[in-house]
Order: sequence, then C-alpha cells, then structure tokens
Amino acid sequence: MTDTEMTDTDFSTAGELVCPAGTPAALRTAVDAGADTVYCGFRDATNARNFPGLNFTPEELQSSVAYAHARGARVLLALNTYPPAGKVALWRDAAAIGMRSGVDAFIVADMGVARHIAETHPGARLHLSVQAAASSPEAIRYYCQNFGVRRVVLPRILTIPEIRKIKSEIPCEIETFVFGNHGLMVEGRCSLTNWLTGLSTNMDGVCSPAADVTYERAADGSMRSRLAGFTIDSFAPDENAGYPTICKGRYTAPHRTEGFYAFEEPISLNLGRMLPDLMAAGVHAFKIEGRQRSKSYVRSVVRAFRRAVDSIRAGGEPDLADLVALTEGQKETQGAFQTKKWR
Amino acid sequence: MTETHMIPAPPRRLMPAGLICAALRPILDRVVRRIARHHPDMFARIAPYQRADFVIVPAELPFALHLRPDPKAPLLRAVPRNRLPHHDARIEGRFHLLLELVDGESDGDAAFFARDLVISGNTEAVVSLRNALDDVDGSIAQETADLFGPPGRAILAVLRRRSKRQ
Repeated sequence: MTDTEMTDTDFSTAGELVCPAGTPAALRTAVDAGADTVYCGFRDATNARNFPGLNFTPEELQSSVAYAHARGARVLLALNTYPPAGKVALWRDAAAIGMRSGVDAFIVADMGVARHIAETHPGARLHLSVQAAASSPEAIRYYCQNFGVRRVVLPRILTIPEIRKIKSEIPCEIETFVFGNHGLMVEGRCSLTNWLTGLSTNMDGVCSPAADVTYERAADGSMRSRLAGFTIDSFAPDENAGYPTICKGRYTAPHRTEGFYAFEEPISLNLGRMLPDLMAAGVHAFKIEGRQRSKSYVRSVVRAFRRAVDSIRAGGEPDLADLVALTEGQKETQGAFQTKKWR
Repeated sequence: MTETHMIPAPPRRLMPAGLICAALRPILDRVVRRIARHHPDMFARIAPYQRADFVIVPAELPFALHLRPDPKAPLLRAVPRNRLPHHDARIEGRFHLLLELVDGESDGDAAFFARDLVISGNTEAVVSLRNALDDVDGSIAQETADLFGPPGRAILAVLRRRSKRQ
C-alpha cells in the first residue's frame, strides 16, 4: 500500500463497538473479545495517552493492523493532540506511518493536523476526537465541511435528547463514550496538569505524568496522593481510591474545611443500560475508554458490551455483566447523558 | 525513597525467611533468565528503568522479591521482608493478586482503586513495568511452572488454589 491510499473500510453497521488498546497484546485481546474497531496510538506526544511503557511502535502498529484486518476488525490511529508551534513534523510523520500501516481512520483534534491529512492523504477517513470538544451542530459541520470529517466523538456533556437534535443537524456519524474514565471538564482544553507539572495533556499527551505522581501510605493505612509535590487527595484506610488527576482531587476551602471534590470525583461512566436509547438517538458507535488499562480490563469490558450490543440487535435487552469492580472509585454514573444536573 | 508503609509482621514459618530465600535463589535465577530470553520485547517498554530496583511484597509470604529488569543481567531474588534492599519502587498486594497481574488476569488500576494494591516510590517505573508485563501474551506463571515440569505445574496449581481461598 502506498502512503496515499486508505482502504475504503465499511463503517456502515450501527452499534459499532470501538475499543481501546495500549499494547499489541491488548489489541489482540480486544479483537478476540469481539471489538468491531480498536483505537491505539504511537509511543509519543501525538496521542492523549502518552504514558510510560504504553502504545505502539510503527512495526507493532503494522502487525496489529494485519491481525485485526484478518479477523474483520478495524484499527483507528489516535493523533488527537495539538502540535506545539513549529513542531508539527511528529504529527505529519505519524500520519504517513499510519497510512503505510493500513489503519482504517485517524482520530484528530487539531485543525492543522486535520487539514494536513485531508490534503496530503485525500483518501483518509477522519474522525473528530473528543479532544476537539465539538458539541454544537455548527462546530461539527465546520469540521465536516472543511476537512471531510466523517465521524464526531461527542464530549460527555450532552443529554440523549440533545444528541438526537445534534444528529438531525450534522452530516456525519456520532460516536459516544459508553464506559470508562469520566474526566470530562471542557475536553481538549484542560490545563490543570500543565499548571502543576509543566506538561500539557493536550500537547504532550499526558494527564498527571506518572513521573510527577507519588503515593504515601501512613501507619494507619491511609494514603495520600501527590502530583508534583502537591497533595491532591487523601484516602482513609477503607476508602476506594481514584486516579491522581487534579480534576478528581479533594480540596479544602474557607467555606468547606472538611475536603471536597471541587471539580469531578473518582467515578466511571457506564451507559450499558442506555445503549438502546443512544442507538435510537442516532449514535452510530460506542466507545470504551481505557488505553491505559490492562488487557484484563479490555477483555472484561469488551466482552460485556459485545454481549449487550448483540442482545439489542437481536431485539432483546442489554445483557451487561457487573463491571463496577473495574470502575474508578468503584462507582458508576450515567453523568450528563442522564441529566444536566449531574455535578 | 521515603518508606512510609506499615510492614506487617512476617508470618510464622517452620523455616527462617533467610533460609527460604537462599533455597529459592537458583530457582528464581533460572526463572528470570528464561523470561528475559523468551520475552525480549518486554524490555523495550521498560527501557528507562532497566536498572531500577523493584521490591515486590506478597502480603502473606515471609519474603519479598527483588527485581531488576536488566536484559543483560536480569535479577530476581527473594529477600527477607524485614531486610529489604534499597529500591526505587515498591509494589505490595496479596500473592494471588500479584500472580494474576503478572499473567494479565487482573487489572492493576482496579486493584489500586480497591486499595488491594499498594505502590510507592517511583510511580513511572511501576507504570512502565506494569505495561511491559501486560504486553506479554500467555502466562508467565505457567511458563515458569513448565520450566520445572510436572512438579512445577503441580506447585502452581496448589498455589493458585490456596491463594483463591484466602
């Protein structure tokens, strides 16, 4: 395959299950567990899960695409960070490698990256990342009209009626998150990590870099998590913990001296029971978050959602195994999909 | 690193921990060299921390494991848990959980959320090790057991059964 061709993959089946892979083993696990599509990224700042020891080399991507295609699954390459000024070569090179590897689509957020791919690789299929935070018909249409975007991953801030209305006003497919980390804020524009560590979630691809995270367990069994030396939470001995991100930290304030979750809280999204309503609202693809998670997580969650989607297609109710043990803080929510009053 | 963990008293055993560690030395040495030979790709994922020292503490055993994932000179040895060597990172949990994490049968984040897994020290080193191990297909524990033939497989089966009951 040359670097200017992309297979015209069939993405037409509604209820597509889009699953995460942080390693080639996780990709094979996702495919074997029933993923229709797997998304992944390179071992650099071109994607928003630039974590140590995670992600793919170009050679690993090529062999992983071959594995997926041989089993009827698709592979999306996440190039969903924002190149800093003057440093676009990394993203351009990544797109070229993705083309040569035979990926089925690119997930992009930055307009410059979108434009580069649209012009340099005109056959490439583009999906708009949640990192672009496009939540209105006007914004989504802009990306469709100017860069040929074929699918938008919606921010996790919309109710189902709002999604239905947006779908009626845009010319592309909709993908929504249905399970996993629920750190929504203003997606693609969060600078909290940058503020403490100097590294940007959006440009360096890493939220709460592990090198800046420390955990201290006290004699009584309580645990304190710190980011860049700042305490962001303290958990009692028998209290469930969460990710060490600032948005999920617990803080004190003059009027709240006991410590409270000022932004978000350790909790995971689970829309298993809403899948029929989402499909009825025009959602084409369901995304499972968690490229940073293990293949054990991938296996369990993908199998559960595979069964649920197949059950719905057969005219039944979603059959969802209990996934709460895999959730952050051991808690689940339907978030803004259920009500705008959430937090 | 700052050691703030409360180390539970070692369980009482008929054999002193030091003797157990000495007895395990040739076995663990053979195990780690075989893993290094059979899974060279794993070391690329942990490249910045190949010379880092990890201490892995199975909560219910009288000894800990000292791991240095250096592909040229891999080190895995048992050490008495009251005489831990200098280390960059420490990982502690029940033996059954640690075994499942090595084999990709449990999710480390979920275990951490549930407070079943305790880590301290260099978090980036721990995350790198976790991701490197998670990219290994198959069961490292089973490979290790196979190395010692039917007795090895029998011991692994017993360990798994006992751990699940605890």
